[in-house]
Amino acid sequence: MEDLTDVYNELIMEHSMNSYNKKKLDSADYCQIGHNPNCGDEITLELKLNDNIIEDMAFSGHGCAISQASTSIMIDTLKGKTLDEAKEIIKTFIGMIKREITDEEELKKLEDAIAFKNVSNMPARVKCALLAWHTIEDILNKN
Amino acid sequence: MELTNIKADFPLLVNRKIAYLDSGATTQKPFPVINAINEFYKNYNANPHRGAYSLSMEATEIYENTRTKIAKFINAKHREEIIFSKNATESLNLIAYSYGLENLKKNDEIVISIMEHHSNLVPWQKVAKTTGAKLNYMYINDEFEISDEEIQNKITDKTKIVGITHVSNVLGTINNIDKIIKYAHKKGAIVIVDASQSIPHMKIDVQKLDADFLVFSGHKMLAPLGIGVLYGKKELLNNMTPFLMGGDMIEYVHEQTTTYAPLPNKFEAGTQNVEGVIGLGSAIDYIENIGYDKIHEIEAEIVGYAIEKLSKIDYLTLYLTPNREHHSSVISFNIKGVHPHDVASILDNYGVCVRSGNHCAQPLLRSMGIDSTCRASFYFYNTKEDVDKLLEALDKAYKIFEKYITNSAKKS
Ligand SMILES: Cc1ncc(COP(=O)(O)O)c(C=O)c1O
Repeated sequence: MEDLTDVYNELIMEHSMNSYNKKKLDSADYCQIGHNPNCGDEITLELKLNDNIIEDMAFSGHGCAISQASTSIMIDTLKGKTLDEAKEIIKTFIGMIKREITDEEELKKLEDAIAFKNVSNMPARVKCALLAWHTIEDILNKN
Repeated sequence: MELTNIKADFPLLVNRKIAYLDSGATTQKPFPVINAINEFYKNYNANPHRGAYSLSMEATEIYENTRTKIAKFINAKHREEIIFSKNATESLNLIAYSYGLENLKKNDEIVISIMEHHSNLVPWQKVAKTTGAKLNYMYINDEFEISDEEIQNKITDKTKIVGITHVSNVLGTINNIDKIIKYAHKKGAIVIVDASQSIPHMKIDVQKLDADFLVFSGHKMLAPLGIGVLYGKKELLNNMTPFLMGGDMIEYVHEQTTTYAPLPNKFEAGTQNVEGVIGLGSAIDYIENIGYDKIHEIEAEIVGYAIEKLSKIDYLTLYLTPNREHHSSVISFNIKGVHPHDVASILDNYGVCVRSGNHCAQPLLRSMGIDSTCRASFYFYNTKEDVDKLLEALDKAYKIFEKYITNSAKKS
């Protein structure tokens, strides 16, 4: 049995319930919807760039605690990063959830997002944790 | 049959020691069904209808005898009114393509209920789009039921097809299909009954109902995955064109033209799922052996107990008709302010299997103003201990979330 407090930990719960990142940006450069048809989770990500730096991000939408918290923490982690740094972090996060990257040193760059490490033990929740990360991937791939 | 320990007949329930509350998705399989399939492969496997040797004849005989068994089981007038398919979804698609597309015209109306599973909804959107017919919905009232007025308002002289699920896979509501069929016939429409969620629990008599088509999946009634049934009135099936073309469904094949086999083969193209058919036959034996009366008795007790307990829990919202006699064995609920996917994960952690999500009924949930629910669905092998496990696990889930649930969410 998984210890649920590993997954539903303080950080994740705080972000999932009342996230300060859940708002609208005044002027966003990108706006992308991410949808998980199986469980109905849907988020809209907004992103504002300053040159090649992610200046600001916000999200709206609905979904489970894991998907909501993952979106909010992703925003905290990626804000202020260059696009290249962001791409690297995204790749690492996806790798962590899929258990392809386990090296602690490598995972350090995820900052708070490392809180989702144990979701990799819950196959039914992997999609929830990845929703926002795949959505921002879509935005960055367009760039 | 000795009923003291039904669970012992279901190896998965013994081996996994879980509270399996997702029989609405698929049921577990008892030993006799598993053994029947085993026996088929050990002693009877051959391609039915295709060999002159006795092994193939025997396989054909078992296959065709099961058709007769199913005809008796649902009281069809003719055995060739029973068509084997992959599942309820394929049966419904067959009707949509071979009846709907061929018989509907612009301005005709198709009426279905808002509680249909996507499999009795999406095909009708396609038929409506292609033929120019209109797709109308019967909505539910505050008691999660379709009222008589709604039936009479939506089924009109223009209605040609009515599609209705006998029991909702989300709400557990038992629809008054008797009334719907009578009214639809008065208006000149044919009625398709989706019995996927009813036939595991209650006796179906297609002649008494006077259903024009009726479909179900074997896997929700103890049989293997991948076997389904389409019942259709003979005169309707005879006038329909085949759905899938190929081997076994033909009479003469020339280079440019083909004549089709008579019923039921006309609708059974290609090598069939004989293992599934045999498993379904054995599942019917099992159900008949216990008896629908007994099944009802067991379920009424367990589901009644679950409803009594769940409705006393303040942190839950239940989506359930207050009329017990209109309710089957499915209970949808939410912990206020907590997403059902999280709840289901936590319940899983405590060995309780419930489904969460939109249950392939997005229009229904949207009409209720929600995106998803948790759903516990019961079968006669469940026990009060399973319900108790659910209640305990729900308390644990609530405790994890309690201090984070905002007051506004709690009220919603
Ligand atoms: C009411 C109803 N209709 C149709 C279906 C479709 O069944 P299947 O997926 O076996 O085709 C289901 C099951 O999911 C159902 O509950």
